[in-house]
Amino acid sequence: MSDPVLSVEDLTIGLPEGADRAHAVEDVSLALAKGEILCVVGESGSGKSMTANALMGLLPPGVTVRTGRAMFEGRDILSLPEPQKQAMRGERIAMIFQEPMTALNPLMRIGEQIAEVYAAHDRYSTSERKKRALDLIREVGLPDPEKIVRAYPFQLSGGQRQRAMIAMALALEPTILIADEPTTALDVTTQAQILRLILDLRDRHGMAVMFITHDFGVVAEIADQVIVMREGQIVERGAAATVLGAPEHPYTRRLLDAIPTGRLPEARQLGTVPALEIKDLRKVYRTGGGFFKPVREVRAVDDVSLTVARGEVLGLVGESGSGKSTLGRAAVRLITPDAGQVLVGGTDIAALSEEELRKERHKVQMVFQDPYASLNPRQRIIGAITDGPITRGVPRKEAEARARELLEIVGLGADAATRFPHEFSGGQRQRIGIARALAMDPELIVADEAVSALDVSIQAQVLDLLRDLRQRMELSILFITHDLRVAAQLCDRIAVMQKGKLVEIGTVHEIFQSPQKEYTRQLLAAVPGAEWNREGSLTA
Amino acid sequence: MQVLTAIVGRLVKAFLTLLAIAILNFFLLHAAPGDPAVVLAGEAGAADEQMIEQLRERFGLDQPLYVQLGKYVWGILQFDLGYSFRQGAPVSELIADRLPATLLLTMTAFGISLVCGIAVGVAAAARVGKPSDTILTTLALLFYATPLYWLALMAVLVFSVWLGWLPGFGYETVGANYTGLERMLDILKHLILPALTLGLFFMSVYMRMTRASMLEVSQLDFVKTAKAKGLSGPAIRRRHILRNAILPVVTLAGLQAGQLVGGAVLTETVFAWPGIGRLMFESLAARDYNTILGVFIVSAAMVIFFNIVTDLVYRIVDPRIGATA
Amino acid sequence: MWKRFFSNIGALIGVAILVTVIAVALLAPVIYPQGPWQMVQRPFLPPFTVDGLPLGTDTLGRDVAAQLAYGARVSLLVGLVSTIVALLIGVPLGAAAGFYGNMVDEGAMRFTEFFQTIPNFALAIVLVAIFQPSLASITLAIAIVSWPPVARLVRAEVMSVRKREFVDAARVAGLTPRRILIAQVLPNTVSPIIVMASLMVATAILLESSLSFLGLGDPNAMSWGYMIGAARTVIRSAWWLSFIPGVAIVVTVLALNLIGEGLNDALNPHLARKARA
Repeated sequence: MSDPVLSVEDLTIGLPEGADRAHAVEDVSLALAKGEILCVVGESGSGKSMTANALMGLLPPGVTVRTGRAMFEGRDILSLPEPQKQAMRGERIAMIFQEPMTALNPLMRIGEQIAEVYAAHDRYSTSERKKRALDLIREVGLPDPEKIVRAYPFQLSGGQRQRAMIAMALALEPTILIADEPTTALDVTTQAQILRLILDLRDRHGMAVMFITHDFGVVAEIADQVIVMREGQIVERGAAATVLGAPEHPYTRRLLDAIPTGRLPEARQLGTVPALEIKDLRKVYRTGGGFFKPVREVRAVDDVSLTVARGEVLGLVGESGSGKSTLGRAAVRLITPDAGQVLVGGTDIAALSEEELRKERHKVQMVFQDPYASLNPRQRIIGAITDGPITRGVPRKEAEARARELLEIVGLGADAATRFPHEFSGGQRQRIGIARALAMDPELIVADEAVSALDVSIQAQVLDLLRDLRQRMELSILFITHDLRVAAQLCDRIAVMQKGKLVEIGTVHEIFQSPQKEYTRQLLAAVPGAEWNREGSLTA
Repeated sequence: MQVLTAIVGRLVKAFLTLLAIAILNFFLLHAAPGDPAVVLAGEAGAADEQMIEQLRERFGLDQPLYVQLGKYVWGILQFDLGYSFRQGAPVSELIADRLPATLLLTMTAFGISLVCGIAVGVAAAARVGKPSDTILTTLALLFYATPLYWLALMAVLVFSVWLGWLPGFGYETVGANYTGLERMLDILKHLILPALTLGLFFMSVYMRMTRASMLEVSQLDFVKTAKAKGLSGPAIRRRHILRNAILPVVTLAGLQAGQLVGGAVLTETVFAWPGIGRLMFESLAARDYNTILGVFIVSAAMVIFFNIVTDLVYRIVDPRIGATA
Repeated sequence: MWKRFFSNIGALIGVAILVTVIAVALLAPVIYPQGPWQMVQRPFLPPFTVDGLPLGTDTLGRDVAAQLAYGARVSLLVGLVSTIVALLIGVPLGAAAGFYGNMVDEGAMRFTEFFQTIPNFALAIVLVAIFQPSLASITLAIAIVSWPPVARLVRAEVMSVRKREFVDAARVAGLTPRRILIAQVLPNTVSPIIVMASLMVATAILLESSLSFLGLGDPNAMSWGYMIGAARTVIRSAWWLSFIPGVAIVVTVLALNLIGEGLNDALNPHLARKARA
């Protein structure tokens, strides 16, 4: 390894009193070489972001560097006085963030926000700044640069905003770029493009990149070196190929095992009795239509037909805006479609009146995405689970007994019943959500991104539970996800949607091994770590 | 084009609101206890039987209610707010006489409170947690709890009666017959205490709002981006936080305009400021309902005007409104 | 939550003051059984000059301390009742607008906006003047001018809660919209409503005193605003007669505001933390 441009030694970051642990980061040492991409991987709460923020001098109030130093260009940047830290930020070390939607000032034009980096460091004349901002916009591959310069953030897509952020970070040719989960909020195809851009820029400018992520797929795509963190400590480090191929620490192994890889489950024999039939479903959203505004139509779901057989798990995969969630919500009639049928056990859910619908609701149940929003914070668990059955006419005693039984089944124990949601973790709440859906004895469960908000290791446990339940109760599930890798783990068949249309539907093996449509191939190729998966496990 | 349609839409809405207030006014007039004709005449005692008969005929009080309503609203559309028998003049004339003084007072108070409120709020937010912030927020809390009229009285007592620094009564020095610049300065001297006491309450409202809004915005992601760019603290506050933080304050200022105009009744009463608020107070004692309701509708129109102004300001500050993606 | 509230010094001071004011209001008929209207000594006695009359006498020789105590009754009563009435108007309207959306929302919000455009104090004056001053008309007038912010707040809260997934879950479970609104949504909007209510009592007290100051008080009820209004003409010779009731108003309103802020910090710890950090 060449001389490191940055070397962090024994960094310990203290949390304020009353936090769940004393240190956010403990005794962390790491080195970053010129032109190298170092991935810092960990689950939420591992301290990976805190490490990055400490280097930038951007720790939140109350959080302080207790010990350690970080040598960069001959100085310990952790102990620099604030004015010098400020001069260093943006010029020598730049940073990009996770949420492109909120990381830009909504009231300032993109061009101004880029030019501001020069202004902050007193470089160039006003006109020179403008010219350079335009060049940067061109370099990061934004379309129509003259227009983008004058655009406001709300006029850009998520991927475009992240490119604008990168342009800002590049402005003064920093030695180090710190990227804090820069692709987590993006769709897979956009994510692939941004990762490629970062690799490109690294090659062209020779920056060292410290890349924070929770996703080993992303690590496989871009990392030269890897550091795995857990609860504030480094548990493993090494070259990317070594860590991914032959992990030493049990935690790393567990994380890697938990990753939904392309490893495909064995195909199962399925019945042909349909649990759910969707026929020519259409949902159109209209926006605008005010006094002088033209009406804009978006076909969220455009004549889609599909069937879920009894006992089958059908994965519905697509990027944001594909209409997958709209379809799922129409299947439980949280949305009333504009045309088409939703047949559950022969009843067309889409055609029922509100009154009739309430009597039929129990047939299709839903498990939601956000473990924190899907339970009423002011209602005990038992109430959340029994509300539905009791409304349906099940005697309270019976409903409560069944609720306790279900809580046992999903692995929480019956005494969870009398507690409030805030006493549970995200994974536990998803289990409660599953129990709530099961309490209605549904013919079909729609799981809308049900594991997307969870850390990988928790995600794996919930997927295990679903797999187990599928076996035990012969559940039919419409499993909506943006993540092909997750779908591969649980589903029998996969349906791919794009812009409201059904692109392709087939068994997991068909989709993964011989995709018929170009879009499906693109999607598969964009999955981070796709190559690594294929080499590592798919062929194994 | 977008802005133009927005303005047209706003004006249409303003007109409809005024119309609704006129209708409300009409029913309030009829809800007043006693014979509407007597009500109209005011409890002047001056109105004899014959005069009341005349009134009845003139205002069509013997006609069905909807005809009366139509006549009343039609009158208002022509700036006819009825006749004050108490003052012996048409209400619209009385109000037109007094309106400039009220506009001068309320707009000065609005300007002072908004500018100073935002400035002090920004200053407090920049020193959050420090003693100077605590002093400023405590003062704001105190003024927020102080009745306008009482503050005005105390100001008169201290600055006018005890210290003799400023006049505490009227609009200009009676009998001085100043002209030109001299007169303007004289009016300005008279304006200071009323405008300050009226503005102080609202200043504390805007100050608290600005401070809270600044602190909230400073937590947003783009502020971190600005720090990561290497901008200095003051530059971040000025270029990034302030503009975003001011938006809700502008909205609030529009909503508060109604209270400001209402507050003018109290301030004008204490300072004998010859505006429509004072006119309303005088009419209260005389039970001169026509004038009271006339002032009411004009003050509502003033609030609508303030709302349109803040709405336009908002449009200028926020590019997201009116633009299309 | 209570721990957080009671560790807030401002809120504690507020509670202490409010408890005192309430005690004085409740005990007024016991301490001053003769009422606030009776002449007890010669007029214009300054405070602390005669034993038994700590705050002196007013222009008609009435006991200022007794007036203050009875005034507290009116202030608190009008403040509390008008707030309750305003909540009874604003909460259902805002909840319906936020929950049912579309036409209901459109209609309810136009209505609310209309009332918000009208200068509230001027409307209160007009209402009280036309329906003749009495405790009932004053209370009602204050309620009528103070409900719009409640409706807006409740609407915004309901709209944000309605978007959360547990509401979808309740729909999928087959609960009726009414039951979802009452049992699932509204309980989650209680905290901000409580905070706003405490601040509204303060504003209502200010409004009541302003009306009384203009001579629109209930002629049969002694109130602080009336005391200031009556003493206004003698401010040059007996300034304390205007000063004392004003202090009573400031202190009471300040106490309520402090309690409101304390409740806000305690009930919305997330927001409070954000605002302080």
